[in-house]
Amino acid sequence: MAVTAPGSTLPAAAPAQPSGPESRRWYRKRTSESAPLTRRPFRKWWRETGWRHLVGAAVVVFSVFPLVYVLSASLNPGGTLISANSLFSNVSLGSYVELFNRPQQPYAAWFLNTLVIGLSASAGSVLLGALAAYAFSRMRFTGRRMGLITLVLVQMFPQLLAMVAIFLLMMGISEVFPGLGLNSQIGLIMVYLGGALGVNTYLMYGFFNTVPTSIDEAAHIDGAGHARIFFTIILPLVSPILAVVALLSLVATLSEFVIASVLLRDPERQTLAVGLFQFISQETSQNWSVFAAGAVLAAVIPVALFLLLQRYIVSGLTAGSVK
Amino acid sequence: MADGSTTSRPVRETSRRRARRQKQASTLIEATSSGWKLMLFKIVVLSLLCATAVYAALVLFMIERWLVGSLVIIGAAALTWIYLKRGVLPAKYLAPGLVFLLIFQIFVVLYSGYVAFTNYGTGHNSTKDHAIQAIMLQSQDRVPDSPTYQVSVLEEAGELLTTDQLYLAVVSADDEILIGSAEQPLEPTDQATVEDGRVVAAEGFEVLEFHQLLERQTEITDLSVAISEDPNDGYLRTQDGQRAYVYTSRYIYDEAADTMTSSETGTVYRDTGEGAFIAEDGDQLLPGWRINVGMDNFVRAVTEESIRGPLIYVTLWTFAFAFLSVATTFALGLFLAMVFNDKRMTSRKYYRLVMILPYAFPGFLSALVWAGMMNQEFGFLNNVLFGGAAIPWLTDPWLAKISILIVNLWLGFPYMFLVCTGALQSIPEELSEAAQVDGAKPFQAFRSIKLPLLLTALAPLLISSFAFNFNNFNLVYMLTGGGPRDVSAGVSVGSTDILISMVYKVAFVGAQADYGLASAFSILIFIIVGTISVVAFRRTKALEELN
Repeated sequence: MAVTAPGSTLPAAAPAQPSGPESRRWYRKRTSESAPLTRRPFRKWWRETGWRHLVGAAVVVFSVFPLVYVLSASLNPGGTLISANSLFSNVSLGSYVELFNRPQQPYAAWFLNTLVIGLSASAGSVLLGALAAYAFSRMRFTGRRMGLITLVLVQMFPQLLAMVAIFLLMMGISEVFPGLGLNSQIGLIMVYLGGALGVNTYLMYGFFNTVPTSIDEAAHIDGAGHARIFFTIILPLVSPILAVVALLSLVATLSEFVIASVLLRDPERQTLAVGLFQFISQETSQNWSVFAAGAVLAAVIPVALFLLLQRYIVSGLTAGSVK
Repeated sequence: MADGSTTSRPVRETSRRRARRQKQASTLIEATSSGWKLMLFKIVVLSLLCATAVYAALVLFMIERWLVGSLVIIGAAALTWIYLKRGVLPAKYLAPGLVFLLIFQIFVVLYSGYVAFTNYGTGHNSTKDHAIQAIMLQSQDRVPDSPTYQVSVLEEAGELLTTDQLYLAVVSADDEILIGSAEQPLEPTDQATVEDGRVVAAEGFEVLEFHQLLERQTEITDLSVAISEDPNDGYLRTQDGQRAYVYTSRYIYDEAADTMTSSETGTVYRDTGEGAFIAEDGDQLLPGWRINVGMDNFVRAVTEESIRGPLIYVTLWTFAFAFLSVATTFALGLFLAMVFNDKRMTSRKYYRLVMILPYAFPGFLSALVWAGMMNQEFGFLNNVLFGGAAIPWLTDPWLAKISILIVNLWLGFPYMFLVCTGALQSIPEELSEAAQVDGAKPFQAFRSIKLPLLLTALAPLLISSFAFNFNNFNLVYMLTGGGPRDVSAGVSVGSTDILISMVYKVAFVGAQADYGLASAFSILIFIIVGTISVVAFRRTKALEELN
């Protein structure tokens, strides 16, 4: 696996354009061979880049039309599935208001639960993963290679495979400690943290390796202990990968359905994924507009994060994590 | 030294040096003091941990879970040792993650293995004692001409360490005051006050007022308190929280012979070792209890026609789905990456921004939205794009499969596009230029130079993408629910179900949950995924590069 990928593809994938042409623009403009785009005859333009725009337009339509559809449906208060078909025939925020006034579907609670669970699980995952990656990257101990191999293999077995056992375990726990077992959000976060090491450590390990050990050694000579080196020197240096892992695990938690649906029973305690799925399966098409509004609101945070951090995400993806 | 004009510089330098020394000293002091803080933090956290562990272990010992209780103690002791001992640095950094990994990833896998060998599920989810109790409870009749007891309904007093269990208090014929609950047969007590033959106060309890009786009416009518340890003696039940009558079960449990006898028909139900009381004619008394059934679940999955057929079908579809998903998304992603990997095209970053949207939109929502759009009667696709056609996108067994692949293409191509772009840009342009100089056509150059390089670079990603889609529960469950349903199957599966959604349905959907069978299926997935990853990692030699 491309261990060095985070470091190497980060500059390669994203900022290739700004660093190249922009810095030399003043020079290029004055030379005679500049601006080939505008001078090209149409046929040459078509052969070289024009058809690419055609493909691009097709892809844009394919990518965007479901999103435009759901946005339009959400702006159509009282709309059913069939009335959502005439796009933007009626624009009003009524469904967004109604979304928060449905006693059977406590959307506000779902939203808050999802945020709390997602943020705690992703913060916890980042911390646990970074601690483990530091150990694997900087220390030499018996079982280290074995441990790394195990982590790579564990990564192949997502937690949801053991959903029955997780459910039964939590049922057992709730007999003894009701606050941690079934229907408990803390319990759910703990289960998610169980998957943290397997999914994230390997990704972080690759990035930790790109930070030169001479930095640690210098700090060590200056009298810094291992904890100080880790928290004040290494963590800031690896912050790009921390952001990637935090974002990916946040998004994964937001979309997680199986374990959340099995553990959280009370509507007030459920997450968006569980709540919205039940919403849509209970009243299939009558309240399509309200559902669409819920979907749009639920998507705002992940989409915004993705667009803001896309540079880092691309590097994280190429290093071996999958959505 | 003789140079008078520069005297000020050494002075400034020494003062600067002094400042630096001071700074160093202060950081040193800070280092030692933060060491103190760290130590304090460590002690506080560890003592909290130990306190919780001791409490948990005490609670576990009280309900006689000796093994789990001692494991909690051992675990806490190990953690304390790791953090108090000097050295063992790797353990200090690995322990927090490992604790969660061991419990919620490793242990649950082993536990799945154990459950796969039991009959755990609806009707078989507890111990034999509980099953006996439940059978006696659910088939009760009021004893004819039984006396009326004046009762009071109580609950535990105070806020801390109480349950909201209800208790019945009654004054017996020989003026003894008895209190009991659903879990505890009537026991005599002397710390209670009686007025007019009714208990009005009891130590450690609160008597429910009339309005509370109304509020908790269903709980009260469901409450039945065993008169003694022997369930055959009968139970006290009350309808109104004031008067109670004796009820006995229609079944009589014979502890010595380990049989249940129906008092109406005289049928004898025996424990035949199948986890339930079963009569001669095969009639079962439910609930039963949990027993080990050995390989039964696996044998059932392989031999029972109504399970074997769907299982084979679902397994094949899972492989096809995962493979086709990777193939289609990779093909489209690679094509787009090549189209947009041209420096002359200045607007590529806008295209990229738009293409990232399907990837950024939460996957489960996309599937739900697509499910709406693909609705046969009202959906956007049929009504707008296909002008009112009634194409059964999600209800025809074959078309549903294609629909799933289309939606997964929509969900997955941006990822492949991003990865392929990254990989393409890391391949030096000189390679294809050299090939073209040697006379290779552009496609030839791509096929025999770039593609192999790309595939080697992306192989691990394609493998993990395959593994991800192999268990792509959200898409299947949210888009089609696994349907259209296969009515001939003995388990609830449909023609788009993949293995993982089948596990979910067998265990959690519908009235009959079969955790044993579901776990057996999980084990099957474990074996498949494990084999694939071992083979794949051998091939790509990814593991050998680890160091």
